[in-house]
Amino acid sequence: MPPALAEISGLRHVFPGARGAPPRVALDGISAVIPPGMITGVVGPDAAGKTTVLRLLAGLLRPTGGRVTVLGHDMATDAQAAHAGIGYMPQRFGLYEDLSVAENLSLFADLHQLPAGLRTERVARLLRFTGLAPFTARLAGQLSGGMKQKLGLACALLARPRLLLLDEPSVGVDPASRRELWSIVSQMLEEGREDGMGVVWATAYLDEAERCGQVLLLHEGRMLAAGPPAGFLAPMQGRVFRLAVPAASRRDAARRAAAHPGVLDAAVQGDTLRLVLHADAAVPDAASLGGTALAPAPPRFEDGFVDRLATAAAPPPPTEPIRPQAGDGPAIEVRDLVRRFGAFTAVDHVSFSVARGEIFGLLGPNGAGKSTTFRMLCGLLQPSGGTARVAGQDMLRAPAAARARIGYMAQRFSLYGELSVAENLAFFARVYGLSRATRAQAIAQALQRYDLAGVAGDVAGNLPLGVKQRLALAAALLHGPDILFLDEPTSGVDPLTRRAFWARIGALAQAGVTVLVTSHFMDEAEYCDRLAIVSAGRLVATGTPAELRARVRSAGLPDPTLEDAFIALVAAGPAELAA
Amino acid sequence: MLGRILALVLKELASLWKDQKTRMVLLVPPLVQVMVFAYAATYEVTHVPIGIWNEDAGAQGAELVRRFAASPAFQVAAAPAGPADAAAALDAKRLAAVLHVPQDFSANVLGGRRAQVQLLLDARRSNTALLVNGYATAIVGQFAQDLKPSPPPPLAIVTRDWFNPTLEPQYFILPGLVAVLSLMIAMLVSALSLARERELGTFEQMLVTPLRPAEILVGKAVPAVLVGMLEANIVVAASLLWFRVPFTGSVLLLESALLVYMLAGVGVGLAISSFARTQQQAILGVFVYASPAIVLSGFAAPVENMPPGVEWLSRLDPVRYMLVIARGTFLQDMPFSVALHSIWPMALIAAALMGIAVVAVRRAVA
Repeated sequence: MPPALAEISGLRHVFPGARGAPPRVALDGISAVIPPGMITGVVGPDAAGKTTVLRLLAGLLRPTGGRVTVLGHDMATDAQAAHAGIGYMPQRFGLYEDLSVAENLSLFADLHQLPAGLRTERVARLLRFTGLAPFTARLAGQLSGGMKQKLGLACALLARPRLLLLDEPSVGVDPASRRELWSIVSQMLEEGREDGMGVVWATAYLDEAERCGQVLLLHEGRMLAAGPPAGFLAPMQGRVFRLAVPAASRRDAARRAAAHPGVLDAAVQGDTLRLVLHADAAVPDAASLGGTALAPAPPRFEDGFVDRLATAAAPPPPTEPIRPQAGDGPAIEVRDLVRRFGAFTAVDHVSFSVARGEIFGLLGPNGAGKSTTFRMLCGLLQPSGGTARVAGQDMLRAPAAARARIGYMAQRFSLYGELSVAENLAFFARVYGLSRATRAQAIAQALQRYDLAGVAGDVAGNLPLGVKQRLALAAALLHGPDILFLDEPTSGVDPLTRRAFWARIGALAQAGVTVLVTSHFMDEAEYCDRLAIVSAGRLVATGTPAELRARVRSAGLPDPTLEDAFIALVAAGPAELAA
Repeated sequence: MLGRILALVLKELASLWKDQKTRMVLLVPPLVQVMVFAYAATYEVTHVPIGIWNEDAGAQGAELVRRFAASPAFQVAAAPAGPADAAAALDAKRLAAVLHVPQDFSANVLGGRRAQVQLLLDARRSNTALLVNGYATAIVGQFAQDLKPSPPPPLAIVTRDWFNPTLEPQYFILPGLVAVLSLMIAMLVSALSLARERELGTFEQMLVTPLRPAEILVGKAVPAVLVGMLEANIVVAASLLWFRVPFTGSVLLLESALLVYMLAGVGVGLAISSFARTQQQAILGVFVYASPAIVLSGFAAPVENMPPGVEWLSRLDPVRYMLVIARGTFLQDMPFSVALHSIWPMALIAAALMGIAVVAVRRAVA
């Protein structure tokens, strides 16, 4: 057994509270060993403490308590000596956006004082490796999200660090680029094996955990578990099933299944339900759950996380009152929608329609035009051509009237952090023109329905992530909109919070609210009734998740995941549409 | 529509007040600046470091040196050893002036000949040099008069300083600060408002509501005007209560002029805000506008002394007009008819700037 690259013992880190908030314990009681020759995944939802662990390993923070030893140096006293062997890629892109790809690389080579000969060789290799060679003259700021991450990775790898620390490199990166990042890092690790290289990869995507050599699972500053991913999967063997259900009633079935005493977790996945049973529960009968057939399924890392987190079954969300709908016809109808930015056509004659009460997902790689389409539909961007009818209103002619009928929830928490929960709700109630009486009623209802009554007077900015998310949803729904727009609503939250959120969204859809989601997070796409995949400004495919999977099924890929389908359909391009 | 604007105004004011950092920025620096400007920016000089190179061994030379040392204007430093030493001290700014008393000074005085002393001044500090020259001339003149009393000259000027009989520099500076500080705050509040929402992501959340661009503009302008007015009145109150600056004119006139003036400032602020991507850019934008606006206004150097082109440029500066009205209402009981000459150009500028802001905000919103 080679010596460990880094050792953490009894680590505790406390951040002083800002603005009168109590001090925040970011990490408590973390102990771990980072061995060479493998990728150690620091896995957990947002605010779990992943970044703090990496910054402590990089010597950018002094721990409040405990010890961090990296490459044999105590980071409290001797961080400088360890730095030579550490490569660190921060979450928020540590590159210079106004420098070109080549200039960024050469700057980092200078910073590491690489000798000239070595430098040319390594830069050339890394450029080839990352596929950035054709783009050396392009400014870093003009690269796509995935390319930026690859460049960041290349810069971190220039000095051949023994310990490579990557802080959520796959955030904001589409599935195809995400796979490339993994293969680059795995190859580098393979090449550095003789030098005893090791990688620490922080991620909120639980599916990435399965690719790591060992996993440190963090949740709210504590280490939930540590070990090889197989150890997380083993106890789940024989407890995961796939239940085929009629497409029309799958959300109903999900609610019923979740209420079943033997079921730990029930998630909609295409036209099936994915069931995770309690450890000692008997396998329930398919018909009793409203399904047609029950088949065993391989467990995923996420199931292990849910199993550890879920102490009691979450109560089902309150049902939503049925919304009366004015007029008829589809909730959203888009015809030949075009948006140009100068000479660049970001959205090129996109047409689709969304039925009332449908959960519709817009998917696509970075820069494909899905966000641009999404922004045009909620009135944030003016279309260059085509028509868009939203909630019966023409988005081009009567944007304000259309906006009154929609609710919008941004990816980032975007309410007023310095105001209290009640003040935020009061602001949106007023802005949406609710009368004094309905305002009070709507706010009281929202506080109750979204479990916010206990924190009504608290400053919104200090709330935990999950509560913030409920508040954002409550604010977006205060005026009873016909259509709800969601921009990656559950990226980075823990699986239980994500389940609870989507259960609410499902209840809303059943009450007749139309939901438009944009995401490149496949777990979110699974919750959609129908999906549209956009690539290079064109609509590549539409259909239910099951239909999209079926389209890429082949002998080599008998059971494609939605991610497989996404990558294949994007690669095939618009020609697929004609076929 | 009014309800939506009210919602925005209430939200803005609550945000400004609730954020402890913003609250401090709005309250503390202005008060500190009032104190700093009022106490530091006086036109008198005291304790100027002066070196005296006395080559004269006689009693007359010693008496002159004693008189310089006794003056509160001067702080006599160690005597320079010679011309080179004096030059070096002036060069390094250790001394602001050097008085050279030549060898034959006492002999010339006693012999009834014309005695001369030399005063070397550091004219890089032109204002100080001017004042030091004045004080030194007065000391030497008094010494000459004491040595040999002469009959009073046949002609003399009798001056009386109107509006500010004791020439208190604070009477001049504080009304100016009413204009300058309130403008800075109103511009900052309005410039940061959109930029901040953009940075926090709340801008888009606001844009997807039925709020129209015009409503956003009004909802953002009103709080900034209110805060600017509040700021102006804090400075007015400090001037009256702490510094005892007399207020002779009409409060109503001052407040109405301030309202027009604040609209001009907020127009600039909102225009900056619609271009700025971040709060940092917005703050930079405010300073890029504010520094020339204050220099051109006549806050420090009189507008009348500016070269014609620059003077003309200063006519586009709202601060110039507000200064006239602020000083006028404080010190000279300016009548409305006179103030009108300053109010209408200011109103015109405010209207133009608001127009620019409307276009700029529309551009940012749409």
